[in-house]
Amino acid sequence: MGKLFAAVVTIITLVSAAIFAMHVWWLPPDISVLGSGIDKQLEETMAATGVMFVAAQLLLALFVWRSGDANPLRALRTFPGGAIPMVAAAIVIVGAEVLVLTLVGSKVWASIYMTPPDPGSLRIDVQAGQFAYYFRYAGPDGRFGAIAPEKIDEANENYFGLDPANDTTARDDIVAATLEVPVNKPVALTLHSKDVGHSFYVPELRLQQDFVPGIVVPIHFTATKTGKYELVCTQLCGLGHYNMRAYVEVVTEPEFEQWLQDHASE
Amino acid sequence: MSDAVVRPDLDGAAHRDRHAADAAHHGPPTGFWRRHVFSLDHKVIGRQYLDLALVAVTTGMILSWLMRIHLAWPAQAIPGLDKLSPNGAANGVISPEYYLSLMTMHGTIMVFFVLTTAPFAGFGNFILPIQVGAEDMAFPRFNMMSFWVTALAFVVLLASFFVADGPAISGWTAYAPLSAVGKDAGPGLALGQTLWAVSIAIFCVGQLLGSLNFIATTLDLRTKGMTLARLPYSTWAWFITSVIGLIAFSVLLPACILLILDRVAGTSFFIPGGLVLSDRLQPHSGGSPILWQHLFWFFGHPEVYIAILPGFGIVSTILPAMTRKPLLGPRVFIGCLVAIGFLSYMVWGHHMFLSGMNPLSATLFSVPTLIITIPATVTTLLWIGTIYGSRLRFTTASLFCLGFVSVFVSGGLSGFFLAQPSIDTYLHGTYFVVGHFHFVMGVASMFGIFAGTYFWFPKMYGRMMNETLGRWHFWLSFVGVYCIFMPMHWLGLAGNVRRYAAFTDDYMKPMVPLHRFITVAALFTGAVQLLFFINLFWSRRRGAIAPENPWEATSLEWTTASPPVHDNFGGRHPVVHHGPNEYGVAGALGRDYVMQDSPESLPVRA
Amino acid sequence: MPVRPAARGHEHPTAPSTGVWVAVATITMSFAAYTSAMVVRQGTSGDWLHFRLPSILWLNTVLIVASSVALELGRRNHARGGTAAEGGVLTLPGPVSLTTRWIDVTLASGILFLAGQLVAWRQLAGEGLFLATNPSSAFFYVLTALHGLHLLGGLAGLLYVRRRLRRGPAVAAGPALGAGALYWHFMAVLWLYLLTLLVVRL
Repeated sequence: MGKLFAAVVTIITLVSAAIFAMHVWWLPPDISVLGSGIDKQLEETMAATGVMFVAAQLLLALFVWRSGDANPLRALRTFPGGAIPMVAAAIVIVGAEVLVLTLVGSKVWASIYMTPPDPGSLRIDVQAGQFAYYFRYAGPDGRFGAIAPEKIDEANENYFGLDPANDTTARDDIVAATLEVPVNKPVALTLHSKDVGHSFYVPELRLQQDFVPGIVVPIHFTATKTGKYELVCTQLCGLGHYNMRAYVEVVTEPEFEQWLQDHASE
Repeated sequence: MSDAVVRPDLDGAAHRDRHAADAAHHGPPTGFWRRHVFSLDHKVIGRQYLDLALVAVTTGMILSWLMRIHLAWPAQAIPGLDKLSPNGAANGVISPEYYLSLMTMHGTIMVFFVLTTAPFAGFGNFILPIQVGAEDMAFPRFNMMSFWVTALAFVVLLASFFVADGPAISGWTAYAPLSAVGKDAGPGLALGQTLWAVSIAIFCVGQLLGSLNFIATTLDLRTKGMTLARLPYSTWAWFITSVIGLIAFSVLLPACILLILDRVAGTSFFIPGGLVLSDRLQPHSGGSPILWQHLFWFFGHPEVYIAILPGFGIVSTILPAMTRKPLLGPRVFIGCLVAIGFLSYMVWGHHMFLSGMNPLSATLFSVPTLIITIPATVTTLLWIGTIYGSRLRFTTASLFCLGFVSVFVSGGLSGFFLAQPSIDTYLHGTYFVVGHFHFVMGVASMFGIFAGTYFWFPKMYGRMMNETLGRWHFWLSFVGVYCIFMPMHWLGLAGNVRRYAAFTDDYMKPMVPLHRFITVAALFTGAVQLLFFINLFWSRRRGAIAPENPWEATSLEWTTASPPVHDNFGGRHPVVHHGPNEYGVAGALGRDYVMQDSPESLPVRA
Repeated sequence: MPVRPAARGHEHPTAPSTGVWVAVATITMSFAAYTSAMVVRQGTSGDWLHFRLPSILWLNTVLIVASSVALELGRRNHARGGTAAEGGVLTLPGPVSLTTRWIDVTLASGILFLAGQLVAWRQLAGEGLFLATNPSSAFFYVLTALHGLHLLGGLAGLLYVRRRLRRGPAVAAGPALGAGALYWHFMAVLWLYLLTLLVVRL
């Protein structure tokens, strides 16, 4: 029975580790300036935990094998050094790993969430609601119109609750259902929710942030590759949660200008 | 205290009179209701809790099968479901909101009514008083109340399946404002959601009454010679769990009360202004959704340690008995339990890295989150070190302990990723998280429950469980759970979002085959649990008669009859001379162990 | 921690006291949660309405403090044995009945306190401040209601102690009385804390 346990654990361990190592299912290529920091952190953690995973499981398997195989007359053996090597190993190995990961990781985290966006960033206002995202561009005047929740009228496509009749800054605001951004240009988003909690998640951008009803949450990124990506909701928001998606289109600068013009005239 | 003033003339007579009066008052109960329903006997209450958990885990497991079938084949009509739930599954196909209800109820039932109930309230109630040498818990009436309050909470929760608008859909985490605004937010958010909050509030009361008993019994009812240092490790684990639970549930109860008020009384604790739902501007304003998250997770993180620490204690009790070796580093082990309990209160923000709270808090919370891995690593290494150089007896109980160690390693290590905010940025809300917590809670904690069952069943029911069935149960479950939950990590790495009723997004469609694999594994592993059920019910009636100490273990429960008599020790008061760790020694009568109440002096270790 | 022979809970003199300390811990944690919720809520939005607390609260405070004093006198009297010959505070016949009298005073002032809280609610409602009117009034009602509920529990506990005193030998009720007194004093202290919190925040 000991041999069987050891064999099963070993097989499970090696197969799992292999699948992780071979990236059979893995992150999509990152398209963000700050994404490589996250990927490096992930790979470092994967390597460290991978080693600990294999070592611990194989150690367990080995000891169980030897224990099950034991001659009943063989004397029991205490682990050399008793509990002290265990404590030492945990503190040194795990502690060191923790220290490194925290120090490096906190810098990565800070670079994404604790640094202000570039002053010249393209500003886009994002509204999440049951069960769609809408994106607002400031238009030629560079200013966003005020939002009044009571004015929201989805039937008439006034998703943000703008008042162009009385609010001049709102007149040229461009509202779209796609997040269109120019490549290699810093983008600053302001996230707000129309109703309940939602979240902003674009795997390729390595970016995720909850929308919090009642407050406006800023995030920023710079996309490095053109293409069409998906923005999905990761905060349970009701029955349509699984269906709540928008496309992110990263296009060249001229394409972006063209897109803005096309939408402005609508 | 002035109560300790001695009354020399009265004491002797009064003590004898009192004892006689008590014996008459609290002797074995008669009558059906007192014996089987409203029993004050901790052993009956413990079994009642375990039976409740059994019903709960069956319900929760069936819910998970429905979920998994729907994820693998979203358009599949499930026969009979349209009768059970005409609103949620018209034509037998699970609607998106019904999927979310199944998910919410699955999580709620499993976390509260299985993982908090079985290892702690179930086994703890039955075993702890005997292990400390007491005749019962400190407050038997509160103990009885705690079970029935918990049972009431379960009934209230199940009632929500039958309300018109469906059971709650906001997940077991019930984030506001979705959980707070009411029916404008969609189906499943009307009466069902309120019943959820009421059920959990009632559950908190039951748990607090339970913690009260565990703490008072451990501190005040220990028999002569049972110092804290000589307590069995399972008792230590239950004791620390009850302290953690005391603080945690004391915070969840206020949170639920405030949520209920937001839902029914028009207050705005968690609901900000300006929300438009179903084209209606909601009449609330000024509340904070993040406040709910803080209150909930302040409870929620310690809760997961409540779910696992009894398992730590159970494994540390069973392994020495099965390896015939003392637990390695027992004082270090207890120190780790205390450290984990203490640190568990400092890490709750790691569930909230992306919640909109100050990003600096994320960094601050990640530090103790990573540090808590150290005592957890130490305990794992202590178990592995105990197995080293041993002569393991491969019983079902010990197999589940070995399985516990393996899955705890797997689940614990995936926590390393989520503990770091920078990586959580990518993995939050994906199946990586689902895989992680199922490994540590859904598997490790469950394996602890299984190990405890196979170990203590002889004591509780006076019969042995069938070892052949038990071994098949273990092997098939062990392989099965790895097939279910390891792939979830791969799904998460690919960005597969959780809590989705279907995977319609372009990048998730290619992952459906892996989901189908998981579903098949889940249904298979679920079916395997039949072996456990059969074993449980068959053995209660037909199992081999169990001796007093079938495992040759050292703690006091193994000095009582199987099952123990009403007052556990038959009127005698055990006197403890040793700790619980005396295995592998040259004991009297040719034994390789020394029981805790054995008067023999400690021999030199073999 | 001294180790006692295994026996029923109520034969263990320290168990009731441990039980009450556990209760004190859990109730403290609960009110700490409410306090932090209150602090956060006051800070999140500019809609906090300050209002004057109903004047009867001051009378209620006196009542609850008096009830606590009465109970403490009763507890000490019981601990002393309580007869005139051993220097009880007031000479009343029998070792038990003086203690019981003090408990009666406590129960009466406790009930008056609760009645006074209800009056405070009526006064507030009269000014148009209800549960859902404003977060500040919401917290007022929630905190006073929960304190009152816990106090009711304390009343029930004292009734139980009072019954024990009248029935069994006087000595056996000592730990329960001590525990009940501890709980009651905690209720009074808790009230003082809540009053301070309400005064400062409202």
